[in-house]
Amino acid sequence: MNSNIDEKFIKVEDMKTLKTHGVGHWKLQRISAIAMIPLVIWFTTSLMLTLMDGYEQSIEWLQSPFNATGLILLFGTLYFHAASGLQVVIEDYVHHEGLKIVSLILIKLIATVLGVLSILCVLKIFL
Amino acid sequence: MGKIMSRQRPLSPHLQIYKPQLTSILSIMHRGTGIVLSMGSIILVVWIISLTLGKETYLLYSKVVNHWFSHVVLLGFTFGLFYHLSNGIRHLFWDAGYGYDLKHAYISGGAVVFCSLLLTILTWSIIYLSVI
Repeated sequence: MNSNIDEKFIKVEDMKTLKTHGVGHWKLQRISAIAMIPLVIWFTTSLMLTLMDGYEQSIEWLQSPFNATGLILLFGTLYFHAASGLQVVIEDYVHHEGLKIVSLILIKLIATVLGVLSILCVLKIFL
Repeated sequence: MGKIMSRQRPLSPHLQIYKPQLTSILSIMHRGTGIVLSMGSIILVVWIISLTLGKETYLLYSKVVNHWFSHVVLLGFTFGLFYHLSNGIRHLFWDAGYGYDLKHAYISGGAVVFCSLLLTILTWSIIYLSVI
Protein backbone atom coordinates (compact mmCIF):
# COMPACT_ATOMS: atom_id res chain seq x y z
CA MET A 1 0.00 0.00 0.00
CA ASN A 2 2.65 2.41 1.11
CA SER A 3 5.04 1.60 -1.72
CA ASN A 4 2.18 1.99 -4.17
CA ILE A 5 1.63 5.59 -3.07
CA ASP A 6 5.37 6.22 -3.32
CA GLU A 7 5.41 4.91 -6.86
CA LYS A 8 2.55 7.14 -7.85
CA PHE A 9 4.26 10.11 -6.25
CA ILE A 10 7.47 9.49 -8.19
CA LYS A 11 5.49 9.23 -11.40
CA VAL A 12 3.91 12.63 -10.85
CA GLU A 13 7.34 14.12 -10.11
CA ASP A 14 8.72 12.51 -13.29
CA MET A 15 5.88 14.00 -15.30
CA LYS A 16 6.68 17.42 -13.88
CA THR A 17 10.36 17.27 -14.84
CA LEU A 18 9.47 15.86 -18.25
CA LYS A 19 7.04 18.68 -18.81
CA THR A 20 9.42 21.50 -17.88
CA HIS A 21 12.20 19.80 -19.85
CA GLY A 22 9.96 19.67 -22.92
CA VAL A 23 9.10 23.36 -22.66
CA GLY A 24 12.82 24.18 -22.41
CA HIS A 25 13.56 22.16 -25.53
CA TRP A 26 10.68 23.78 -27.41
CA LYS A 27 11.88 27.26 -26.51
CA LEU A 28 15.53 26.60 -27.36
CA GLN A 29 14.51 25.13 -30.73
CA ARG A 30 12.55 28.31 -31.55
CA ILE A 31 15.35 30.58 -30.34
CA SER A 32 17.87 28.73 -32.51
CA ALA A 33 15.39 28.91 -35.42
CA ILE A 34 15.10 32.69 -35.07
CA ALA A 35 18.89 33.00 -34.87
CA MET A 36 19.27 30.92 -38.03
CA ILE A 37 17.23 33.39 -40.13
CA PRO A 38 19.78 36.26 -40.28
CA LEU A 39 22.71 33.83 -40.21
CA VAL A 40 21.48 31.87 -43.24
CA ILE A 41 20.64 35.03 -45.22
CA TRP A 42 24.05 36.55 -44.39
CA PHE A 43 25.95 33.37 -45.25
CA THR A 44 24.20 32.63 -48.56
CA THR A 45 24.78 36.25 -49.60
CA SER A 46 28.48 36.03 -48.66
CA LEU A 47 28.72 32.74 -50.49
CA MET A 48 27.47 34.34 -53.68
CA LEU A 49 29.46 37.56 -53.26
CA THR A 50 32.95 36.35 -52.25
CA LEU A 51 33.18 32.74 -51.14
CA MET A 52 32.94 31.37 -54.68
CA ASP A 53 35.80 33.55 -55.95
CA GLY A 54 38.60 31.25 -54.85
CA TYR A 55 40.96 30.24 -52.08
CA GLU A 56 42.68 33.58 -51.37
CA GLN A 57 39.42 35.52 -51.34
CA SER A 58 37.81 33.00 -48.97
CA ILE A 59 40.75 33.08 -46.55
CA GLU A 60 40.73 36.87 -46.61
CA TRP A 61 37.00 36.84 -45.92
CA LEU A 62 37.49 34.50 -42.96
CA GLN A 63 40.21 36.71 -41.47
CA SER A 64 37.75 39.49 -40.82
CA PRO A 65 36.59 39.33 -37.17
CA PHE A 66 33.01 40.03 -38.25
CA ASN A 67 32.90 37.11 -40.68
CA ALA A 68 34.74 34.72 -38.33
CA THR A 69 32.30 35.56 -35.53
CA GLY A 70 29.35 35.11 -37.85
CA LEU A 71 30.59 31.76 -39.09
CA ILE A 72 31.23 30.48 -35.56
CA LEU A 73 27.72 31.52 -34.58
CA LEU A 74 26.37 29.89 -37.75
CA PHE A 75 28.07 26.54 -37.11
CA GLY A 76 27.14 26.55 -33.42
CA THR A 77 23.49 27.44 -34.02
CA LEU A 78 23.23 25.15 -37.05
CA TYR A 79 24.31 22.03 -35.16
CA PHE A 80 22.26 22.90 -32.11
CA HIS A 81 19.20 23.45 -34.31
CA ALA A 82 19.82 20.31 -36.37
CA ALA A 83 20.28 18.14 -33.27
CA SER A 84 17.14 19.46 -31.59
CA GLY A 85 15.09 19.04 -34.79
CA LEU A 86 16.33 15.49 -35.42
CA GLN A 87 15.66 14.68 -31.77
CA VAL A 88 11.96 15.48 -32.27
CA VAL A 89 11.81 13.38 -35.44
CA ILE A 90 13.43 10.42 -33.65
CA GLU A 91 11.12 10.79 -30.64
CA ASP A 92 8.12 10.81 -32.98
CA TYR A 93 9.01 7.97 -35.33
CA VAL A 94 11.43 5.60 -33.60
CA HIS A 95 9.28 3.46 -31.36
CA HIS A 96 11.84 0.88 -30.28
CA GLU A 97 13.04 2.15 -26.89
CA GLY A 98 16.65 0.97 -27.16
CA LEU A 99 17.07 2.16 -30.74
CA LYS A 100 15.54 5.49 -29.77
CA ILE A 101 18.03 6.10 -26.95
CA VAL A 102 21.01 5.01 -29.07
CA SER A 103 20.02 7.24 -32.00
CA LEU A 104 19.36 10.22 -29.70
CA ILE A 105 22.83 9.88 -28.19
CA LEU A 106 24.41 9.38 -31.64
CA ILE A 107 22.72 12.49 -33.04
CA LYS A 108 23.91 14.65 -30.13
CA LEU A 109 27.41 13.20 -30.38
CA ILE A 110 27.73 13.73 -34.15
CA ALA A 111 26.29 17.26 -33.94
CA THR A 112 28.71 18.19 -31.14
CA VAL A 113 31.73 16.78 -33.00
CA LEU A 114 30.82 18.53 -36.27
CA GLY A 115 30.07 21.79 -34.46
CA VAL A 116 33.34 21.80 -32.49
CA LEU A 117 35.39 20.69 -35.51
CA SER A 118 34.03 23.40 -37.81
CA ILE A 119 34.40 26.13 -35.18
CA LEU A 120 37.99 25.01 -34.59
CA CYS A 121 38.68 25.32 -38.35
CA VAL A 122 37.24 28.85 -38.42
CA LEU A 123 39.45 29.81 -35.47
CA LYS A 124 42.55 28.29 -37.06
CA ILE A 125 42.08 30.33 -40.25
CA PHE A 126 41.17 33.47 -38.33
CA LEU A 127 44.14 33.23 -35.99
CA MET B 1 5.69 2.94 -16.42
CA GLY B 2 6.14 -0.61 -17.78
CA LYS B 3 2.41 -1.25 -17.75
CA ILE B 4 1.64 1.95 -19.61
CA MET B 5 4.33 1.35 -22.21
CA SER B 6 3.30 -2.24 -22.96
CA ARG B 7 -0.31 -1.34 -23.74
CA GLN B 8 -0.79 -1.27 -27.51
CA ARG B 9 -1.80 2.25 -28.41
CA PRO B 10 -1.83 3.73 -31.89
CA LEU B 11 1.48 5.46 -32.55
CA SER B 12 2.53 8.13 -35.01
CA PRO B 13 3.07 8.36 -37.95
CA HIS B 14 -0.54 8.10 -39.05
CA LEU B 15 0.46 9.35 -42.48
CA GLN B 16 -1.28 6.47 -44.25
CA ILE B 17 -4.74 7.54 -43.10
CA TYR B 18 -4.38 11.13 -44.28
CA LYS B 19 -5.71 12.38 -47.58
CA PRO B 20 -2.81 14.38 -49.03
CA GLN B 21 -3.46 18.11 -48.93
CA LEU B 22 -1.20 21.11 -49.59
CA THR B 23 -0.94 21.84 -45.87
CA SER B 24 -0.06 18.28 -44.86
CA ILE B 25 2.45 17.88 -47.69
CA LEU B 26 4.15 21.15 -46.68
CA SER B 27 4.29 19.95 -43.09
CA ILE B 28 5.97 16.67 -44.05
CA MET B 29 8.32 18.60 -46.35
CA HIS B 30 9.45 20.76 -43.43
CA ARG B 31 10.68 17.69 -41.59
CA GLY B 32 12.04 16.13 -44.76
CA THR B 33 14.06 19.20 -45.71
CA GLY B 34 15.22 19.50 -42.09
CA ILE B 35 16.63 15.96 -42.17
CA VAL B 36 18.18 16.41 -45.63
CA LEU B 37 19.72 19.79 -44.70
CA SER B 38 21.21 18.32 -41.52
CA MET B 39 23.03 15.79 -43.68
CA GLY B 40 23.88 18.41 -46.31
CA SER B 41 25.50 20.59 -43.64
CA ILE B 42 28.41 18.15 -43.78
CA ILE B 43 29.34 19.84 -47.10
CA LEU B 44 29.89 23.04 -45.11
CA VAL B 45 32.19 21.19 -42.70
CA VAL B 46 34.12 19.70 -45.63
CA TRP B 47 34.36 23.21 -47.11
CA ILE B 48 35.83 24.76 -43.95
CA ILE B 49 38.19 21.79 -43.40
CA SER B 50 39.48 22.04 -46.98
CA LEU B 51 40.13 25.76 -46.47
CA THR B 52 42.01 24.97 -43.26
CA LEU B 53 44.17 22.33 -44.95
CA GLY B 54 45.44 24.70 -47.63
CA LYS B 55 45.06 25.69 -51.25
CA GLU B 56 45.64 22.26 -52.80
CA THR B 57 42.92 20.61 -50.72
CA TYR B 58 40.60 23.53 -51.37
CA LEU B 59 41.11 23.23 -55.14
CA LEU B 60 40.26 19.53 -54.93
CA TYR B 61 37.10 20.37 -52.97
CA SER B 62 36.29 23.09 -55.49
CA LYS B 63 36.70 20.66 -58.38
CA VAL B 64 34.30 18.14 -56.84
CA VAL B 65 31.73 20.80 -55.92
CA ASN B 66 31.80 22.32 -59.41
CA HIS B 67 31.06 19.07 -61.19
CA TRP B 68 27.68 19.30 -62.95
CA PHE B 69 26.28 16.50 -60.80
CA SER B 70 27.26 18.37 -57.60
CA HIS B 71 25.47 21.41 -58.98
CA VAL B 72 22.27 19.38 -59.35
CA VAL B 73 22.60 18.14 -55.75
CA LEU B 74 23.37 21.68 -54.50
CA LEU B 75 20.37 23.01 -56.42
CA GLY B 76 18.24 20.58 -54.43
CA PHE B 77 19.88 21.66 -51.17
CA THR B 78 19.32 25.32 -52.06
CA PHE B 79 15.62 24.72 -52.58
CA GLY B 80 15.50 22.72 -49.34
CA LEU B 81 17.25 25.53 -47.48
CA PHE B 82 14.95 28.27 -48.77
CA TYR B 83 11.91 26.08 -48.22
CA HIS B 84 12.88 25.27 -44.63
CA LEU B 85 13.70 28.96 -44.04
CA SER B 86 10.38 30.31 -45.38
CA ASN B 87 8.27 27.57 -43.87
CA GLY B 88 10.20 27.94 -40.61
CA ILE B 89 9.19 31.60 -40.50
CA ARG B 90 5.60 30.46 -41.16
CA HIS B 91 5.89 28.09 -38.19
CA LEU B 92 7.26 30.87 -35.98
CA PHE B 93 4.20 32.98 -36.82
CA TRP B 94 1.99 30.05 -35.80
CA ASP B 95 3.96 29.68 -32.57
CA ALA B 96 3.29 33.36 -31.89
CA GLY B 97 -0.43 32.68 -32.46
CA TYR B 98 -0.96 34.15 -35.93
CA GLY B 99 -2.36 32.67 -39.13
CA TYR B 100 -3.95 29.56 -37.70
CA ASP B 101 -7.21 29.64 -39.68
CA LEU B 102 -7.53 27.46 -42.75
CA LYS B 103 -7.66 30.34 -45.23
CA HIS B 104 -4.43 31.91 -43.99
CA ALA B 105 -2.74 28.53 -43.63
CA TYR B 106 -3.32 27.98 -47.36
CA ILE B 107 -2.29 31.52 -48.33
CA SER B 108 0.95 31.34 -46.32
CA GLY B 109 1.56 27.83 -47.65
CA GLY B 110 1.32 29.06 -51.22
CA ALA B 111 3.57 32.01 -50.36
CA VAL B 112 6.18 29.63 -48.92
CA VAL B 113 6.28 27.52 -52.10
CA PHE B 114 6.44 30.66 -54.27
CA CYS B 115 9.20 32.29 -52.18
CA SER B 116 11.38 29.20 -51.98
CA LEU B 117 11.14 28.60 -55.73
CA LEU B 118 11.84 32.28 -56.49
CA LEU B 119 14.83 32.45 -54.12
CA THR B 120 16.27 29.23 -55.58
CA ILE B 121 15.95 30.49 -59.16
CA LEU B 122 17.35 33.90 -58.16
CA THR B 123 20.35 32.39 -56.33
CA TRP B 124 21.34 30.08 -59.17
CA SER B 125 20.81 32.77 -61.79
CA ILE B 126 23.23 35.00 -59.87
CA ILE B 127 25.71 32.12 -59.52
CA TYR B 128 25.67 31.31 -63.24
CA LEU B 129 25.61 34.95 -64.35
CA SER B 130 28.61 35.79 -62.13
CA VAL B 131 30.56 32.91 -63.64
CA ILE B 132 30.03 34.39 -67.11
